[in-house]
Amino acid sequence: MSKLLTRRGLLKSGAVGGAGLALPTIFTASSASAFTNEPTGGTVTLGFNVPQSGPYADEGADELRAYELAVEHLNGEGDGGMLNTFSSKALGGNGIMGKKVAYVTGDTQTKSDAARASAKSMIEKDGAIMITGGSSSGVAVAVQGLCQEAGVIFMAGLTHSNDTTGKDKKANGFRHFFNAYMSAAALAPVLEKLYGSDRAAYHLTADYTWGWTQQESIQAATEALGWTTVNNVLTPLAATDFSSYIAPVLNSGADVLVLNHYGGNMVNSLTNAVQFGLREKQVNGKNFEIVVPLYSELMAKGAGQNIKGIVGSQNWDWKLSDEGTAAFVKSFGTKYGFPPSQAAQTCYAQTLLYADAVERAGSFNPCAVGEALAGFEFDGLGNGKTLYRADDHQCFKDVLVVKGAEDPQDEFHLVEIVEVTPVDQVTYDPEHPMFAGGALGECNPGA
Amino acid sequence: MEAILLQILNGLDKGSAYALIALGLTLIFGTLGVVNFAHGALFMIGAFCAVTVQKVLTLSKITLDPTKTDFLGNPAQIKTPYVESWFGPDIGAALIDWSVPLAILFAIPIMLLIGVIMERGLIKHFYRRPHADQILVTFGLAIVLQELIKHYFGANQIATPAPDAFRGSFDFGAMLGMDPNVVIYPYWRLVYFAFAAVIIGAVFAFLQFTTFGMVVRAGMADRETVGLLGINIDKRFTIMFGLAAAVAGMAGVMYAPINSPNYHIGMDFLVLSFVVVVVGGMGSLPGAVLAGFLLGILESFASMNEIKSIIPGIDQIIIYLAAIIILLTRPRGLMGRKGVMEE
Repeated sequence: MSKLLTRRGLLKSGAVGGAGLALPTIFTASSASAFTNEPTGGTVTLGFNVPQSGPYADEGADELRAYELAVEHLNGEGDGGMLNTFSSKALGGNGIMGKKVAYVTGDTQTKSDAARASAKSMIEKDGAIMITGGSSSGVAVAVQGLCQEAGVIFMAGLTHSNDTTGKDKKANGFRHFFNAYMSAAALAPVLEKLYGSDRAAYHLTADYTWGWTQQESIQAATEALGWTTVNNVLTPLAATDFSSYIAPVLNSGADVLVLNHYGGNMVNSLTNAVQFGLREKQVNGKNFEIVVPLYSELMAKGAGQNIKGIVGSQNWDWKLSDEGTAAFVKSFGTKYGFPPSQAAQTCYAQTLLYADAVERAGSFNPCAVGEALAGFEFDGLGNGKTLYRADDHQCFKDVLVVKGAEDPQDEFHLVEIVEVTPVDQVTYDPEHPMFAGGALGECNPGA
Repeated sequence: MEAILLQILNGLDKGSAYALIALGLTLIFGTLGVVNFAHGALFMIGAFCAVTVQKVLTLSKITLDPTKTDFLGNPAQIKTPYVESWFGPDIGAALIDWSVPLAILFAIPIMLLIGVIMERGLIKHFYRRPHADQILVTFGLAIVLQELIKHYFGANQIATPAPDAFRGSFDFGAMLGMDPNVVIYPYWRLVYFAFAAVIIGAVFAFLQFTTFGMVVRAGMADRETVGLLGINIDKRFTIMFGLAAAVAGMAGVMYAPINSPNYHIGMDFLVLSFVVVVVGGMGSLPGAVLAGFLLGILESFASMNEIKSIIPGIDQIIIYLAAIIILLTRPRGLMGRKGVMEE
C-alpha cells in the first residue's frame, strides 16, 4: 500500500488535479467536442457584446437593433434585408446549418475589463460560438485577445484603430469596419481639392490607441500632400472642456485644426473650436478649416449646428444608393422608425458574414470558419465589392468622405456624402509600417 | 503675453463652474454638516432643465408633404413648432432661440423643489451618521439620478445652443490694443462668468444682509444655541439645501451651451469641486469661490503647450498637485475655519 500511494505521490497528484480543475473551462477542450461550444442541439448561440451602459450606450443600442434584425433574417423572419442582395447565396433563411439562431447579450460598458468579463461569461455560461460588437478599439483589442484564447470567432463591431488588424491582429478576429489609415487615405485627396496643398495643420489627439493611430495616419497623408504639421497635442480621454487646448491654436500659425477625437470628445472639442470663432478666422490668407477624420451620425447630433461644413470620413451611410443599402434601410427603418447608423450596418454585415462562412465551411469549427472568411470576396452588403483580406482579416472596400450638411432637411440628414473613395485608393500593403509588429498566429479552435 | 491672457480668461469660465458648484457644496456642508456627493447630479439636472425647455419649445405639429419623401419613400413629415403656430414665426423662433436663458425661470422652482425633497426625503436621515455613510448614500443617489436621465434622454450629448445674439466670439485683444484675432473669447463664456459673479454676489448678499441669512450664519456657527433661542433652524437649513440645489441647477443650465450636456456631466465636475471645497477650506463660502477660480485658472495654464513640454501630463494632475501644496502649507485650506471637521 505504501509503495502504491506515497504521501509525496498523493500531493503531486492532488496538485496536478487541482490545477486542472482550476483551469477555466474555456481553455480546455471537452473530450466530446472538437472545438469550443460546438452546437449540439437545434439552436446555435451568438454573443452580442455591445455597450449597453456608459457613454456609447446609444451606439450600442443601435448595434443591438441591427443584431436582432440580422437574427430575424437568418431565421427566415421579416423581409430578409440584405440576405436578398448578398452575393453569396449560401444562407437560406433557415438559421445557420439548419440550426435556429439564438443570441445572448453582454454589456461592454466601453471598458476593456468589463467587455472581457461579459464576453467570457457568454462563452463559458451561455455557450456562445461567436462574439461580436463593441464601440471602441481598446475594447475590440481586449475582446479579440480573449476570443483567440477561448477558441471562438470574434467579429469586431465599431473599431477604427489601425492596431485592431495591425499589431494586435489575431487569427480568430475579423474586422469589417474601416480603419484610421483608410480614413486618412480617403480624406487626403478631398482635403487637397477643398483646401489646397499649402496648409499648416494643428492636431488635437485623444490620448489612447485609436487617437494615436488616427493622428499618425492623417499626419502622414496630409504631409504627403505638402501640408505641414504645426503641433500635435495629446488630450486626456476624460477631458470635457477643450477651450484651454484650443486657445493656443489661435496664435500657432496653423490654418487647419484636425480633431482626432471621437464621441463626446469630438462633440466637445468641435463645439469649443466653433465657439472660439476658428471657422471665421483668416490665417495665412486662407479660411481656417476644421477636419474630423472619423464621423458618426449619432455624435453629429450632439454637435448640432457646429458640424455644418466639417469634413470627415465614414464606413457607410444610409443615403448610399446601392441595392444592399436600400434593402437594409427599408428593413431597419420599417422596424425601428429611423435609419440605421454605420455601427448598425457593420454589425449586421458581420453577423451575415459569419453565418455565411459557417454555411460555406460546412462547420462551426472556428478554424474552418476563419478559412472561409479569409480571402472571401463579396458584394451586396452596402459597401460595394469587398474583400476580407487573408493577411490581416481586414475588410477592404470603398470609403466615404462626408461633411456636415449646411441645411439639413431633417434630423436624419445631418451628414452628406462628398465622395465615395474607391477601394484601390485606401488599400495598403499588409507589411505597411503603421500595421507592423504583430502576427495573426494560428487559429485556435479551443481544442 | 497673449497666451497668458487667454488662459486666464479660460480659467475664469471653468473656475465659475467650479465656484458655483463648490459654493452649493459648502452651503450644505456648513449648514447641515452633510457631505453631498449628489451635488454634481444637481448640476447635471440643471443642464437637462435647459434640454427639456428646448424640447418643449420645439414640440411640433406634424403635417405630411406629398411633394417630398422621407428615408423610406413615404411622404415627408413637416414639423412646425407649436410656439410658431401660436405666436407667429418670429416670436416662436425667438422663444426657441432663447430657450437656455428661459430655462433659468423653469429651473429655479424645479431645483428648489428637488433640493427640498432630497433633504426631507433622504438626507435628513443621515445627519447624525458618519460622513462615510453620507458619502455612500449621496453617491448612490447621484448614480440613480444619472441613470434616470440616461433612460429618458439617452447617453449621447444633446446640442443646446446659446441664443444667436451670443454666438461667436469677442476680440478681447483688440480692445486692449493688441493685434486683432489674437485674444478672442466666446461671448457665451463671458456671459457665464458674469452670471456666476451675479449668483455668487446674490448668495453672499442674501446671507449677509437678510434676517434669514443672519439666522443661517448663526446656525452655521452654533446650531444648538440658535435652537435654544426658539428658532426653527432645521426649516431654514432645508431651505438652504433647496437654495444650494438651485445654484447648482442654474450653473448647469447656463453651462449647457458651453459643452452639450449628457448624463455624465455632473460627475465630471463633482470630484474637482470637492477638491475646490477642501482647498478653499471646509465650510468657508469665500474660500470655495476663491479656490474655484484659482484652480480653474491653474488648470488652464497647465494645458499650455509650453508648460506641458516641460512637465508632460501636468494638465491632468495640476489641481491635485496644487491641493497637496496648499493643504501642506495651510492644513485648513485657504480660508478654513478652526473646528470644522476637526476633533
